[in-house]
Amino acid sequence: MTVTAQSPERVRPAPIKAIPVRRTGQWISAVIVAALVASLVWSFASNDSIQWPVVGEFLFNSNILRGGITTIQLTVLSMVLGVVLGVVLAVMRLSHNPVLRMASGAYLWLFRGTPVLVQIVLWFNLGLIFPRLGFGPVSADTNTLISAFGAALLALSLNEAAYMAEIVRGGILSVDKGQTEAAHALGLTGARTMRRIVLPQAMRVIVPPTGNEVVTMLKTTSLVAVIGAQDLFTEAQLYGSKNFTTFEMLLVACFWYLVLTSVLTFAQSRLEHRFARGTAQGGPAGPGWASRLSANLRPGRSTTEGANR
Amino acid sequence: MTTTMVRAENVHKSFGHVEVLKGIDLEVTNGEVFCLLGPSGSGKSTFLRCINHLERIDGGRLSVDGKLIGYREEGDKLYEMREREVAAQRRDIGMVFQRFNLFPHMTALENVMEAPVQVRGESKAAARKQALQLLDRVGLAERAGNYPAELSGGQQQRVAIARALAMKPKLMLFDEPTSALDPELVGEVLDVMKDLAREGMTMIVVTHEIGFAREVGDTVVFMDGGVIVEAGKPADVLGNPQHVRTKAFLSKVLS
Ligand SMILES: Nc1ncnc2c1ncn2[C@@H]1O[C@H](COP(=O)(O)OP(=O)(O)OP(=O)(O)O)[C@@H](O)[C@H]1O
Ligand SMILES: [Mg+2]
Repeated sequence: MTVTAQSPERVRPAPIKAIPVRRTGQWISAVIVAALVASLVWSFASNDSIQWPVVGEFLFNSNILRGGITTIQLTVLSMVLGVVLGVVLAVMRLSHNPVLRMASGAYLWLFRGTPVLVQIVLWFNLGLIFPRLGFGPVSADTNTLISAFGAALLALSLNEAAYMAEIVRGGILSVDKGQTEAAHALGLTGARTMRRIVLPQAMRVIVPPTGNEVVTMLKTTSLVAVIGAQDLFTEAQLYGSKNFTTFEMLLVACFWYLVLTSVLTFAQSRLEHRFARGTAQGGPAGPGWASRLSANLRPGRSTTEGANR
Repeated sequence: MTTTMVRAENVHKSFGHVEVLKGIDLEVTNGEVFCLLGPSGSGKSTFLRCINHLERIDGGRLSVDGKLIGYREEGDKLYEMREREVAAQRRDIGMVFQRFNLFPHMTALENVMEAPVQVRGESKAAARKQALQLLDRVGLAERAGNYPAELSGGQQQRVAIARALAMKPKLMLFDEPTSALDPELVGEVLDVMKDLAREGMTMIVVTHEIGFAREVGDTVVFMDGGVIVEAGKPADVLGNPQHVRTKAFLSKVLS
């Protein structure tokens, strides 16, 4: 091996000016893709069967917007309940108490082992087997107690809890055991250690997949159309079949779902930034908003999968 | 007057079928600096962790300041302590880990404030004042607002010492506090520990720093294979070891 020590009078070489590699393949593929997209857009835009004015007219129709609000409410409420119950299930799953561990395991088995679509319909039809629900002397008619919205919320949040439990559990397990020991050594109890030390650190692992869960949930809410829960999809379908504008109304629904998923994806990347606190440089930025959006829109965890779970 | 801070009588501990502590007897008096040496796997950390009940002992008796650790004795029966009682016992025992284990989502100041606020229910203002004093004491007043990831290993370990001191412990446990540090950072941590020793803190220190044991230690104990092989004054154990295993270990560490 030869090593030459840097001599001070050495001149800095001129910057390299090389002719870049030709990216012919890139250009060809770009042209092909552009052509395909153009023809697709054209086939839609010029299609006489699609009444575009109807799409524009109904985009801001009050019933459609109300449906959109219901979709958002369902998404937010199901996620909030799902996360809270998910944390409880995760802590139970990791507890020393075998009864709690088993109860949590059974819950996960039950709710992850049956399709959410079936669960939605099941909660909606609870009145068939329990005409009245109650506790002791207080009871009420099941169908008034559990509306379509209630059944939808119940099904979505209970199902979500099972998935969140696994995400939270993964987050808790990702925190170094030394953290718990240090907290215990200071005299913190188990519950306080979990709340103050472990969960905040687990957040970094929990937040990204939870963001994906929210986006998935938004799309999964469309399944509640089967029980007519008056969400965006229910309303769109209703109007479509009433006015013979089925396809137009589906386009309206797609437009709003796309708007909502895009907004959520943006919020997700902001939030992840915040929870990267305390790492070397405030944490790596992670994938940008655009790549995340495309990831969320990729097949894989789409509504079809939502329907399967 | 000297009183006993830690008393271990025939302490046994197994992990599954592996017996790691095979009958430890020792006594640490108030204000003493007690150094534990021994090869890797000899059970030093395990013993230290038994003292604040991070591990529960399987046999024998272990008490701190006259109180059994992890058990309540009523008549001739032992009752396992509840989680709250164990937590209460741990307040008085500070521990410093080899890998610092600072809370990474909190600043240095917040790390030191955490236990006084959460465990002792002190006001934020009072805890903050005390924490700043402690950080100043370990020479890190300027770094109060930094997160652990922004501190060097030596600085992190000094914050960890301040964090343990914030609970005003009567006993401090150190598990190889300088082993994870770059050589040039070892001194700053040992200096803080020497100050602490000088102020009369009772300390049990697992260490490979023979120089520290010789200079600061009141008692040096050599452990191997889950038993205490040799114990005595640093000058005797380190200067004139009697047992072959001690001699072998020391020649390895000192070379
Ligand atoms: N939680 C555990 N489960 C099983 N075995 C363990 C556990 N903790 C420690 N041991 C075993 O107990 C023995 C003693 O470990 P200990 O950590 O107390 O040694 P040590 O003297 O501190 O060694 P070192 O100098 O490497 O830190 C080792 O053989 C180790 O593998
Ligand atoms: Mg050890």
